[in-house]
Amino acid sequence: MKTMLQKIWERHEVVPETADTPAVLYVDLHLVHEVTSPQAFSVLREQGMKVRRPDLTLATMDHSTPTRTEQVFGGAPIAIASAAQQIAQLEKNCAEFGVELLNLRSELRGIVHIIGPELGLSQPGKTVVCGDSHTSTHGAFGALAFGIGTTEVGHVLATQCLLQRRPKTFAINVSNRLAAGVSAKDLILAIIGEIGVSGGTGHVLEYRGEAVRALTMEERMTVCNMSIEAGARAGMIAPDDTTFDYLQSRPRAPKGTEWQRRVAEWRALPSDAGARFDREVTLDGERIEPMITYGTHPGMVTPISGHIPATRGDAVFDKALAYMGFQAGEPIRNQPINVVFIGSCTNGRLEDLRAAASLLRGQHIARGVQMLVVPGSQQIKKAAEAEGLDTIFRDAGAEWRESGCSMCIGMNGDNVASGQYSVSTSNRNFEGRQGPGARTLLASPLTAAASAIRGRVTDPRELLNG
Amino acid sequence: MDPIRQIRSRTAVLPFTNIDTDQIIPARFLRTTTREGLGKQLFADWRYLPDGSPKPDFALNQPAAVGCQVLVAGRNLGCGSSREHAPWALLDHGFRAVISSEIADIFRNNSLKNGLVPVVVDESTADWLLKNPGVEVTIDLDSTQLRLPDGRAVQFPIEPFARYCLLNGVDELGYLVSQQPVISAYERTHA
Repeated sequence: MKTMLQKIWERHEVVPETADTPAVLYVDLHLVHEVTSPQAFSVLREQGMKVRRPDLTLATMDHSTPTRTEQVFGGAPIAIASAAQQIAQLEKNCAEFGVELLNLRSELRGIVHIIGPELGLSQPGKTVVCGDSHTSTHGAFGALAFGIGTTEVGHVLATQCLLQRRPKTFAINVSNRLAAGVSAKDLILAIIGEIGVSGGTGHVLEYRGEAVRALTMEERMTVCNMSIEAGARAGMIAPDDTTFDYLQSRPRAPKGTEWQRRVAEWRALPSDAGARFDREVTLDGERIEPMITYGTHPGMVTPISGHIPATRGDAVFDKALAYMGFQAGEPIRNQPINVVFIGSCTNGRLEDLRAAASLLRGQHIARGVQMLVVPGSQQIKKAAEAEGLDTIFRDAGAEWRESGCSMCIGMNGDNVASGQYSVSTSNRNFEGRQGPGARTLLASPLTAAASAIRGRVTDPRELLNG
Repeated sequence: MDPIRQIRSRTAVLPFTNIDTDQIIPARFLRTTTREGLGKQLFADWRYLPDGSPKPDFALNQPAAVGCQVLVAGRNLGCGSSREHAPWALLDHGFRAVISSEIADIFRNNSLKNGLVPVVVDESTADWLLKNPGVEVTIDLDSTQLRLPDGRAVQFPIEPFARYCLLNGVDELGYLVSQQPVISAYERTHA
């Protein structure tokens, strides 16, 4: 009886681990972006090495890229010179080493964790790595997907392999169904609240149970995306018909008889009944409420109807609240906000945009609130525009941008000003994450949209129920 | 990489839990294509006032912290982003080892690959170190022991292969490259 992790791991062991040496683990898909790759390409160049499997490598640009149309498609230079330089360096590296690059003007460009699935490259049973901690996203397909550092990016470029110890397993069971107005983002925030920001350290999380099975692929990606925020090495969900339906029509998914053969293999991937996990926890999906963070890490989270906890004489907790400008014990609901961001590899997919638009249709965001809606890829942008979502957002007073990491990470020009409160659908509320001094409250697209309309932290169920 | 056997230094202490890599080096400093010179930006938002002058109350700005090669921090050090710029910045500043009761997976891996020794100790040892900044400690990779000034020797876990690489100044890439024949054989049977 094996877990899904064990099955995938064993299939990718080029050399099994011993007491003295880690396993040599084969990588099926290596995603590359402009921020964590330049120093790795430099090592290859210095050592006169080639990229071993350019056919298993795909590069794009997302982190430091601008989202203003004129800077992406011409008419204005990229405002940040160091970003322009990093983008140019990736173009040079990919050309020199023969790596496919979806460049700034490619219609297939997007956030690296959005385009892998969108193209059908993220598949069950694969090992997927990228120099980015949110690589855990691809685990939604029943893949073993994890973030690596730049030295390891170099290892994979040169050898298509990594030296790894097999992580432990941690089953996260979620029973029943999520209630109306409660989304995948609320589910993962509740899980992080339950196990803590280092609860998953050394483990791969496997999300299981009725509530997880009922999720769409896009929702499953939201859940797996934030596995790293619980400290986990990766997160995964067993593939099923939902997975296969999503993948089948994708341009780079297997076709014809190859598709049939693969699906048959993939059906054998889920953890065997009775397989043992190193740890297990169970949550009741029905009892989860819309969640929102109040502090400076994703584990500082509360149901939106709840209160910021009372102080316990903990200096770190007090420091976090001082940074956020909140008082211990006060309700989080109705806190005034300045900025709303909808986007990122966590919540920048079409269903997220539809959810936000469902509340914003015919409404206007509150006076004084700035709202940015940034699709996760150029394909999502096009699909959203075909449905008229861009018009709904613009009419509501929001800005509609080109795809990229944008306000999730203060390094591309899209920042939250110091001291301002931002309700953000992204994944990290660390100090300064959205810009120096920025105060981030992580929430779902529904909560973000509802809060934009009211100009204060708002339970989306108040608007959904009329 | 130079071989590392022993690190002997006074400690600098940041008594905070969950220090994430965005604090170690904020994202706006990642728009670089080299790994050099990141020490200036280490803990930038904790270390400098908006006008660029040092914040007087920050631990690493104290005269006592100058020259410290060992950083002690609260539980779950290095959580968050996979940016290897975090160990690069710590090393460039002059740190050679970090000590905590828990170190996040990716940061720990990235540290090992660059010769920044991650030392995980039990909660009571970590608490003592957090409460006694500036003590002289010895980190010995041969015996995998952390030695405290009162004579205590605390064993710390370290992946044996990573330890071998640190002790001998060996780059893991060389080892992986030496596996190419096995990798090719794997590729033939796992197309």
